[in-house]
Amino acid sequence: MKRFSLLIAAMTLISGVASAGTLDDVKKRGALQCGINTGLAGFAYTDDNGKWAGFDVAYCRALASAVLGNPDKVKYVNLTGKNRFPALASGEIDVLSRNTTWTFSRDVKLGFTFVGVSYYDGQGFIGRKKLGVKSAKELDGASICIQTGTTTELNLADFFRVNKIKYEPVPIETNEEARKAYLAERCDVYTTDASGLAATKSTFADADKHMVFPEIISKEPLGPLVRQGDDAWADIARWTLNALINAEEYGVTSGNIDKMLKGTKNPEINRMLGTEGSLGEMLGLQKDWAVKALKAGGNYGEIFDRYLGEKTPLGLSRGLNALWNNGGVLYAPPMR
Amino acid sequence: MTNRITLGNIWFDKRGRGYLLQLLVLFCVAIFLAVITSNTIANLQRAGLTSGFGFLGDQAFFDINQRLIDYTSQSSFGRALIVGLLNTVLVSSLGILTATLIGFIAGVLRLSNNWLISRLITSYVEVTRNVPLLLQIIFWWAILTSLPKVRESISIFGVSFINNRGLRAPSPNFEDPFIWVCFAIVVCLLLTLALYVWSGRRQKLTGETFPIPLAGLFLLVITPLVVFYSLGQPINWDIPTRTRFNFRGGFNITPELLALWIALATYTGAFISEIVRAGILSVSTGQSEAALSLGLRKNQTMRLIIIPQALRVIIPPLTSQYLNLTKNSSLAIAIGYQDLVSIGGTILNQSGHALEVVGIWMFVYLSLSLATSAFMNWYNKRISLVER
Repeated sequence: MKRFSLLIAAMTLISGVASAGTLDDVKKRGALQCGINTGLAGFAYTDDNGKWAGFDVAYCRALASAVLGNPDKVKYVNLTGKNRFPALASGEIDVLSRNTTWTFSRDVKLGFTFVGVSYYDGQGFIGRKKLGVKSAKELDGASICIQTGTTTELNLADFFRVNKIKYEPVPIETNEEARKAYLAERCDVYTTDASGLAATKSTFADADKHMVFPEIISKEPLGPLVRQGDDAWADIARWTLNALINAEEYGVTSGNIDKMLKGTKNPEINRMLGTEGSLGEMLGLQKDWAVKALKAGGNYGEIFDRYLGEKTPLGLSRGLNALWNNGGVLYAPPMR
Repeated sequence: MTNRITLGNIWFDKRGRGYLLQLLVLFCVAIFLAVITSNTIANLQRAGLTSGFGFLGDQAFFDINQRLIDYTSQSSFGRALIVGLLNTVLVSSLGILTATLIGFIAGVLRLSNNWLISRLITSYVEVTRNVPLLLQIIFWWAILTSLPKVRESISIFGVSFINNRGLRAPSPNFEDPFIWVCFAIVVCLLLTLALYVWSGRRQKLTGETFPIPLAGLFLLVITPLVVFYSLGQPINWDIPTRTRFNFRGGFNITPELLALWIALATYTGAFISEIVRAGILSVSTGQSEAALSLGLRKNQTMRLIIIPQALRVIIPPLTSQYLNLTKNSSLAIAIGYQDLVSIGGTILNQSGHALEVVGIWMFVYLSLSLATSAFMNWYNKRISLVER
């Protein structure tokens, strides 16, 4: 057996270089390699100018800005549910920001480090109103489109097994293909994270003829992740996310940040913005890393409102993703 | 007289120099393999990843829509891989059979004197073999999924249904007495075979022919049917019935399988037809002229004189077409047919054992290809010109 694995190892290409210093690599390269979705309205899409934008993309831009001082210095790598993990493990990307669920086995066995939760989600179903289905438990015998290589694929199998009902899985690689198959009625319902359903529904020409079922069958905490083993880099990724969330809590926005830089009465804000203390240096970055991150696209709330919020075609309410002092579960550790 | 090679003159001896250079190349290859192996292992260790095939016993937790063997989400990764392997073998064998059929018919028809037929076949060949296979697969899938929706299924006599989720037909449930029908078929098959051998011998001795096709029809079709009806039709048909979302019962051919099958068969069929045409043209016209002047009919000339000689030219390139078809079936992933690559990819993703899964892929395709070549080489040897 061992010799066989050696043979395979030899036949397969060298699995990249799991570098010890991702920060140095990024600085030397002058660009952050960020893994994003192949296309999901609101999270990662190309805007009118042909540039990538969205909730997941905004995190890449904030991180690039914190590290390199320029939010445009990002090389986007579009990844499917299937090839995202090999891409991160092999070093093709520095960080994966692609609506990825934080699970035990991914964190522990696949050798990744999740740096936080950027969106609390759950798995739901979308179907045509004419089906007259009110609950996923009524889906006995239905054909269901799923993206392969995702947690939703596993949840779906569990859900139907536990409820002792049958279904025909229709496996699909990307959200765009799933959308096409669903609209062609290859499947009765499409299941993915509720945010993804809202995003997909927003692109339908006849959106009012479809409904997202009220049921949520799983917990899907989505967040960015990095390779395990480079704690310094994981810290940078983690605290960039925390800075965006804390900024909303402290009321620091892209609009008032320049005024706040002149000094505020809140030492917490001052430490974050680098006017007091030396948090930036501790991370191995410049003093004003968080300022740069915030100037890339604003704080967490601004990013959410711009790409996912109620004024966008997705029309998602903050729900669980509101701040802890606002009825949600978003709670970032203090900047101290 | 050959000079002995010694250490002193090895470089100046032509043979010795050859050995030395070969050794050098071998050494370089060995070094290369050793370097990439140790590099991979070191990288795996640094990333904290484990390797080995133990994960194949872990539970899969995902479902597969087309299963030729029992499989649930509780089964192991290993079983899921076997399901995928069988799906690959299924679509490849269906594809090989149909492509051969299409190829032989198209190859012969293209040589037809009928202007319309030969031009039609020419355009089929040129269109299919010049469009990338991936596009053809997606094309067929798009056609099949734009068939009528489930609620508007096309019904065939009320027992089979065609819709954009594929073809659903009744599936047979065999009752115990059916074993006698199988028995009758086997016996009749043996009888037909014996008859074939006997009539061949008799023809050689006396020149008299025996109506083998007629006898075969009687033995292979009529007799089992008689047995079948006299036992009171020991088959239950599971006829599909409509449910709220789909049909239930019977068996279903998914549009993914159909699209892949059609695309592989027509694509490879076009290549095979050219091989067949080349084979037939390689037999000199003198052969058919001689056969016709001996009084053989046109179809006899084709069957007895031309095809056997053409096969010698056809078989070797045909083998590589079969190999291509099997490997091309991995394009299944584009339309979500759950073959070995598709399921392997899911396993790779869920378990993180990329190297092992890629290794299994390579090993399986290599084995399938080697098995096909071995069979075709055996067949080629059997039909090759016996030189005296």
